[in-house]
Order: sequence, then C-alpha cells, then structure tokens
Amino acid sequence: MQKNFTQLENFGHSLRAPAYLIRPNTIEEIQSVFQAAKKTGLTVIARGAGRSYNDASLNGGGIALDMRGMNAITTWDKSTGRVTAQPGVTLEQLWQKVEPDGWWPPVVSGTMKTTLGGCLAANIHGKNNFKMGTIGEHVIEFNAVLPTGAEIACSPKKNADLFYAMISGLGLLGIFTSITLQMKRIHSGLLVVDAYPVQNLHRHLSALREGAPGNDYIVGWLETFAGGSSLGRGQIHAARYLREGEDPNPQETMKIANQILPPRIFGVFPKSILHYFMSPFANNFGWRMVNIAKYFASLRKHTFRQSHAAFHFLLDYVPNWELSYGRGGLIQYQSFLPKETAEAAWTEMIQLSHKNGLPSYLGVTKRHRPDKFLLTHAVDGFSLAMDFKVTRSNRAKLHAMLQVFDQIVLNAGGRFYFAKNSETTAETAAQLYGKETLTKFRKLKKRCDPNHLLESNLYRRIFGD
Amino acid sequence: MTQSSKPAPATPLSPRRRAVIIGASDGLGASLAWKLAKEGYTLALVARRVEKLNTLCAEINSSHNEVRALPYKHDVSNYDEAPTLLRNIVADIGGLDVFVFVAGVNFPPGVNNYNFEGDRKMIEVNLIGAMAWLSPVAEMFQNAKAGQIVGISSVAGDRGRIGNPGYNTSKAGLSTYLEALRNRLTRHGVNVLTVKPGFMKTDMLKAAQGGTPFAITPEKAADDIYQAMRKRKQVIYTASIWRWIMLAIQHVPSVIFRRMSF
Repeated sequence: MQKNFTQLENFGHSLRAPAYLIRPNTIEEIQSVFQAAKKTGLTVIARGAGRSYNDASLNGGGIALDMRGMNAITTWDKSTGRVTAQPGVTLEQLWQKVEPDGWWPPVVSGTMKTTLGGCLAANIHGKNNFKMGTIGEHVIEFNAVLPTGAEIACSPKKNADLFYAMISGLGLLGIFTSITLQMKRIHSGLLVVDAYPVQNLHRHLSALREGAPGNDYIVGWLETFAGGSSLGRGQIHAARYLREGEDPNPQETMKIANQILPPRIFGVFPKSILHYFMSPFANNFGWRMVNIAKYFASLRKHTFRQSHAAFHFLLDYVPNWELSYGRGGLIQYQSFLPKETAEAAWTEMIQLSHKNGLPSYLGVTKRHRPDKFLLTHAVDGFSLAMDFKVTRSNRAKLHAMLQVFDQIVLNAGGRFYFAKNSETTAETAAQLYGKETLTKFRKLKKRCDPNHLLESNLYRRIFGD
Repeated sequence: MTQSSKPAPATPLSPRRRAVIIGASDGLGASLAWKLAKEGYTLALVARRVEKLNTLCAEINSSHNEVRALPYKHDVSNYDEAPTLLRNIVADIGGLDVFVFVAGVNFPPGVNNYNFEGDRKMIEVNLIGAMAWLSPVAEMFQNAKAGQIVGISSVAGDRGRIGNPGYNTSKAGLSTYLEALRNRLTRHGVNVLTVKPGFMKTDMLKAAQGGTPFAITPEKAADDIYQAMRKRKQVIYTASIWRWIMLAIQHVPSVIFRRMSF
C-alpha cells in the first residue's frame, strides 16, 4: 500500500486539507486501514477522482483512501449489458469498455473523470434524470466493506435499507468494493440534438418541462447576466437516442476514436493550455461578454447529430478549465426546486446576485424527478447550477449571499446536492433532511460504523458531530 | 471530544487556516493566540499550565462566538509525546498551516555564578523541546509541500555574553536549527520564520539583568510576527530597531567585547 501525507484539494481548488493518502489494492488492505485507524484514533474517508466541488472527499488530518488503486472492470457481459467493476473504475473506462459493443452507461455526470464509487456515494444524476433517475436506480447489486471489517452484499432486495442508504450515503457508512450496473442498449454512437433559444426564465422552465417527455436528455444553459424581462434566458439542448436503423453504420459511429474529444482546436491548438488564455476573461466583465455572445450565437435554432461523449462530457471539453478561475478557485451553488416554486425562487436569487455585484459566470438547468434513496437530492422539478468565482475580496459578501440563497431554497421546498454544495451549515442540512431521515441515517451509521471511523470534512460540516 | 469542542468548519468562503502554538498559556504565546484567532485561524494551544490554557481558550471562543481555540496539556520536555500529540492535533483541527514554537524558560545564574541545573533546563526546553516538535512538523510540511514554521528565538542568541551563557546557547542553537530547516524546506514550499524579540513586557522580563531598553508589549510583538508571517519573511527582530543594534553588537571585535559589562 502506498502511503503519503499530502495536501488534497477539491475540484475547483477552493479548499485544501492535508491527509494521509493511502492507496489500497485489496479488500484486506482496506480492512487493515480500518484497524489502524481505530488504533490511532484517526478517521477515514474514501476518495475517488477528487471531482466533487466540495469537501466530500477531504478528511483534514485524517486518512483518505485513494480508491483509484482498485480500478478493474471484472466482468462485462455484452449480451445482457451487465457490468461488474471495482469502485475506482472511472466513467471514462466504463463507457470505453461498453460502447463499442452497443451499450452506454445509463447515467453519467458532466465529466467522465469521476469514479463509480464516488458516483454511487453522491448518487449522481445526468441530463436524463427526469427519465432514468439517478445512477443508483441502475445498480443491480454492490459489495461493500464496513468499518467493522464486515463484508456485505446489497441489492434492492437484499439488505435493502443499506442499499438505499449507502447509495447517496456520501461514503459515510462503508466502502464500496464491487459494483454491478445495468447498461443501456444504444443503436448508434450519435444522438440527435435540438438546440433552441428561450427568452426568459418562464419559457426556460416550460421548455425543460415540455421538452423532457419526448427526449432522452434535456439540459439548459442559463445566461446569468441578463435581468429584467430577459432574466433566465438561455438555450435548451434536447437530445434523443437514434432508433435502430436510423444510423446506417452504427459500428463506425460507436468506435471510441469517433467519440473522444479532440485534444486540439482546429487540429493545431492544444486544449490543455487553453485555460491560461481563459483566465484574463475570468472576471465580471469578461464573463458578461462571453455570456452575451453565447446567447446571441444560440439564437439560431438547429438540429444536429453529436457523439455521446461530446454531448455528455462538456466539462472535459477544456481540460483544467477550473484553473482559469485563479487562486481562490470556484464554487458551484446548485439548488433543486419543485416545479411550482422554481421560477419565483430563482428570479429572486438571480436578482440578488445582480444587486450584490456577484453575478454567477455560468448557469446550467436540468429537469428532475424524485427517487427512493435516503439522502436524496432530487425533487419533481428543476435544478439550477451556478458557478461563482472566489476571490479574497468577495468571500465574505458571497458567503452572506449564499446563506440568503439557502433560506430561499429551503422556504421554497428545495434541496441541495452534496457532491457540489460547499457552504451549507449543519443547521440548514438538518432542516433540509428532516428529523426522520436524519435519525434513520444516524441509526444506520451506528450499526455500520460503531467506532465512528468514517468521517469527511463534509460530514463534520453538515452532520456536525 | 465532545460535540461543543469541535472547531467551526472551513468552507471555500470562510477558509480557516490552522495553527499550533506551543507555549500559549501566557506572554507572547497568548498574544499570538488572540491575534491569530482574530484573523480567523483555528488554533491548537499547547502548554503545561492547563487551567490558564482552558481560561484562555474559553475567552477566545466566547469573544468570537464559535470554537476557534482548543487546549492541549503538554510539557515540552516530554519529548516522546510530541509526534503523537501532533498527529492528534492535526486530526482535531483538520490540518496544519502554521506551527509556532514559543515555549521558553530563562534561569539567569548571575554574572559570577554557574548553575548547570538551570542551563540544562534551558537547553531541554528551549532547544531540545523545540527540536522534538520541529522535526515531525518539518517532515509533515515537507510531505505536504506547504506550511509555515515560526520559531521564537531571541536577540540573546546572536552573541554569547557574560550574563547568561546557557540562555545564549539555547537561543543560538534554536536560531541555527531554524536556519537549517529553512535551507531544507524552502525548496518544498515551506516558509521558516525566525523571530528574535528584544525585551518584552512579559514574565520573562523579570529575568533580565540591568536595563531593558526598547521593551515592547507582547501584543505589539504578535502584530509584528503576523505581518512577517503574511509576507513570508525569514528573520525578523521585534522591535525592529534590534536589527541594527544586533548588527552593531555582532561586529564588536572580541578583544573589546570580552571586556564589556554585558
């Protein structure tokens, strides 16, 4: 096992916490880490690719288990579309394994760098949440090792309480060791994408709601600088799978070479250095220009075919783009609101951000549906993710504004997603989850982790003990 | 620990730096604790006298209305305790950005007297006690490729004088040790700041023999040290006039210096 005391960061580079980073390769090694932790009084959290925007995979002064050492796809059955993999397998590995055989992961995040263990712990959603739910709904079964050293198997039938709690459980109940997922059959490497503009928030949300049923994926880009009657304007991308026969040559389009994002622009300019050229624009003026230009570019309504990877993994399009936000990094504030209250709440929030001179630089909307997982973030409604740049001088003001946002979201019956939320306090989290859910969670925590070995910075922040 | 003693969590918008102060119960250590707490630090305060320490933590925490300082009882001459206590502290406060060693004792023997017991105690606390902490801290910072070490040495370490050979030696040793750490660690992104106070209005001032010119309050020294920390300086004197005084004293030829009365 590799072991190193090292400085760890979140995605977005807005938090730093040193920890003993240990990379286990086997279940026995995980068990021995738990034993050592118990002896030394240190706490443990599993860390995958470190792609959460917040403190979910940080454990300051404790142990972080680098799960990327366990990254084998153990079985792949291309006739049934069932795959069993270790938790360190990334979505990139997964889609590249299954796609040439005519399958695609049913739920993916906006980046392919995330690991399956992390995806299950956060219970991620994609642009098809309204249709396919979260990733947890496609888990057939998983194995996990508990802090007591016990190994368990869970499925919707077996150990169901733990199945629904560990998926979405933020890594606080046990560590996934093997995950079996059902893939989705596809008949082409391409999607048909409709792109069209929406002129204000009301039309934006209606377009998401009305566009969703007829499509497999839907996502909105929200122009965050516009106010007044244009507040909430943006562009909708709605996509559907090609039916069998629509693609004359699916074998060709499903080749990995035809999916992966080109590493250069115009064939010459390497994208890996693009973020240096973006950073001069990472300020209020620059991003205002970018947002306005993008909106006018989006006015052309058009339909095109795009590869799965290009459609889904937008965050990977410019590598290391988050570095363009400079030393303070960025945070993302994503709120999930019921369809009845979303418009009013987001109007208020966007107006507040303008009034405070703290505009978000990037806004993304999605359509959602509820699910059965214990610490669920879903609602029957929409989500809006807003990226904010963090600087030394805006911190205090931004913090105060986000506390107001939290109250607006809670009052509107909304929820947060703890792969992203980085500022919410324990009090807000308690209101959000409600007493019943928290009691249930704490009971399970006590059962799985009687010595209280699993903790993260996120845990200490939102569960506060 | 109990629920109420957990430090307030760090978030991107209230990023709390974390510091350990060894020898925090009074004097300069306590002033630095107040200063760093005011700047939003989460602190682990370490000292022998636990009642004083508990009071200090309670006062700091109540004045900020949240937990910013945690007390740890420890005698720096229990060298073996340091690595384990360091690990526990780092786990409790969620990391470590700044390590401050303030602990020090002074037993002046008198100009014509010799006192091995006192000399030994000064070396044990001021020098070996510092090394017992600094070596695990340096290793941790080197691995993390980040961090800042602040060592409180003294102008007394710049020259051996007639009054207190043991104290001079302990502080000269500490200054040299810190310099060596600086040369090791700068390449790993770690800053080492050596602080050389002149006279300061603390309990230790009672050990001074003769006049105490340019004496400053520990609050003033804490402000100077915080400014130097922010600028990531290497060596500072406080009050700053001591830089010039010591420059002159260091250049007094031995043939004259050994005939002088201090």
